[in-house]
Amino acid sequence: MTQLALVIDLNVCVGCHACVTNCKEWNTSGEAGPMVDQNPYGKDPTGTFFNRVQTFEVGEFPNTETVHFPKSCLHCEDPPCVPVCPTGASYKRKEDGIVLVDYEKCIGCKYCSWACPYGARELDEQQKVMKKCTLCVDRIYDTTMTEEERRPACVRACPTSARLFGDIHDPHSSVSRAIRYAHGYQLMPEWGTNPANHYLPRRKTKLRIREDELERADNPLKIDSQLPKPGKAEPSLDDVTSW
Amino acid sequence: MHPAFSVVFLTTLIGAGQGLFLALFTVESYAAFGLLPAQSSDFYALGSVIAVILLVLGLFASFFHLGRPERAWRSATQWRTSWLSREVIVLPAFMGMTFLYGVAHWTGFNPVIATLPSGAPINLTAVLGVIGTVLAFALYVCTGMIYACLRFLREWHTPLTVINYTLLGSASGFSLAAALAVTEAPGVMPFLTGWALIITVLGLISRSASLIRNARLKPKSSLQTAIGIKHPKIVQKTMGMMGGAFNTREFFHGQTRTMLRSIKWLFLLTTFVIPLGLLSVGLSAGTGSPGGLLALAFVVQYFGLLAERWFFFAQANHPQNLYYQSVA
Ligand code: SF4
Ligand code: SF4
Repeated sequence: MTQLALVIDLNVCVGCHACVTNCKEWNTSGEAGPMVDQNPYGKDPTGTFFNRVQTFEVGEFPNTETVHFPKSCLHCEDPPCVPVCPTGASYKRKEDGIVLVDYEKCIGCKYCSWACPYGARELDEQQKVMKKCTLCVDRIYDTTMTEEERRPACVRACPTSARLFGDIHDPHSSVSRAIRYAHGYQLMPEWGTNPANHYLPRRKTKLRIREDELERADNPLKIDSQLPKPGKAEPSLDDVTSW
Repeated sequence: MHPAFSVVFLTTLIGAGQGLFLALFTVESYAAFGLLPAQSSDFYALGSVIAVILLVLGLFASFFHLGRPERAWRSATQWRTSWLSREVIVLPAFMGMTFLYGVAHWTGFNPVIATLPSGAPINLTAVLGVIGTVLAFALYVCTGMIYACLRFLREWHTPLTVINYTLLGSASGFSLAAALAVTEAPGVMPFLTGWALIITVLGLISRSASLIRNARLKPKSSLQTAIGIKHPKIVQKTMGMMGGAFNTREFFHGQTRTMLRSIKWLFLLTTFVIPLGLLSVGLSAGTGSPGGLLALAFVVQYFGLLAERWFFFAQANHPQNLYYQSVA
């Protein structure tokens, strides 16, 4: 069974909000749209978004780190928002695990938003129906697009490639590998919602040096020098002369 | 959570309507077994009319909670999984049963349907009343479970929620029935007042239990689990927007702690203490008591329940609020 999901690399995200902007742009003109704003140029502009980028400060000054944290519907494998819906408007697709809202059925009772611990659902103030991330379901299967374009708008927009998209049930997919190798984790595991989206943690930046990089491979003098070869720590011509 | 007045009115109005119906049928059952004097059918008919009015008002209020009320019929489809859907089915069923019960008494169409082995007759109103009673309790359970089934709203996720909805609704219904009985059925006034007192005391006990429980709750989620970073000190710098969103409007009550605490004492006083006093005075004065006293008890208690319901919503702290702490 397929479970499509996003994997978001907090080590890479720079908090530029490109994903937020492109998500809004694509979805407001797509199947899920419009995503209406109120007071867009007024005092307290507000509106419907599927994706938000938040910023947290971790640690105590001066030893702090800024963490940018994109948040959207996590397409939980055990979504608490689905069974509570009285109309069946909220549903999880069997074929790819995407959690969707049928805007023709939703009565805007907001019950599902109460049942989502992540605050991933937003009521559209104009259409009065519940909206949330669709994983760009109207994009990813659109065969008129190139393979490259058939990915969620946020993933396409990310300038640092902090967002990966794929099937987390396929152990060989890039997302599954990223989760395995970079210790991907789920949000609020205490509620047993089993979110499909994963986050990759901050990592220590490691400098990887290969054996051949230790030797001045471009130093002809050392290669040509007499045997036995001088040790790696021995000064080479570069170190003792100035050109 | 942000208390929505539509839901505050819905739950309190139908709660009182259910309680009133239960009170009426309790009197009828006692009377059938000769434990109470038989009452005129006007008393039952008038009571049912008032119960139906309360239920209709509650239903009317509920529509203000919906973004798309014209599609409300769809909400009856998911009764297999959703308590909200179950409530949507049980509420009209109960309303219809109360209506039929009232009509049977009003018209006097009350044939004997069966006889018990002891020889006691079972009337049509008894059958309707039993079905109505089952539905009234089912409705309390549905209403309570809508809140109690949400496991992350830990203030609500307890059997006490269902018990409170049942007891507080019944208490207000019995108070109302007692006030009605003063003019319509003076013979059962002490009986109804007594039950109103008992249920109000039980309600005070269970509501206090839930207040004590909630005061001791330790949140399960933290910023650490919310963003998955295991550092003891994390502060949000921005929630990603400045003008607010659905998430900042729907899940915060926006009141000060002092206000919250005042409402708590206000509802404890007006739902329990004052009505208990008024009901006791009414009971000790016997049938000669001024009718206004019991009516006042109901009005004060209903007002108290509005405050109680407001507090019930405001007190629930949704884990999503962890993500919405700082505007920048
Ligand atoms: S993140 Fe929230 S809205 Fe999305 S599937 Fe999970 S519970 Fe439902
Ligand atoms: S707001 Fe819409 S999708 Fe959510 S529970 Fe109500 S009807 Fe279902």
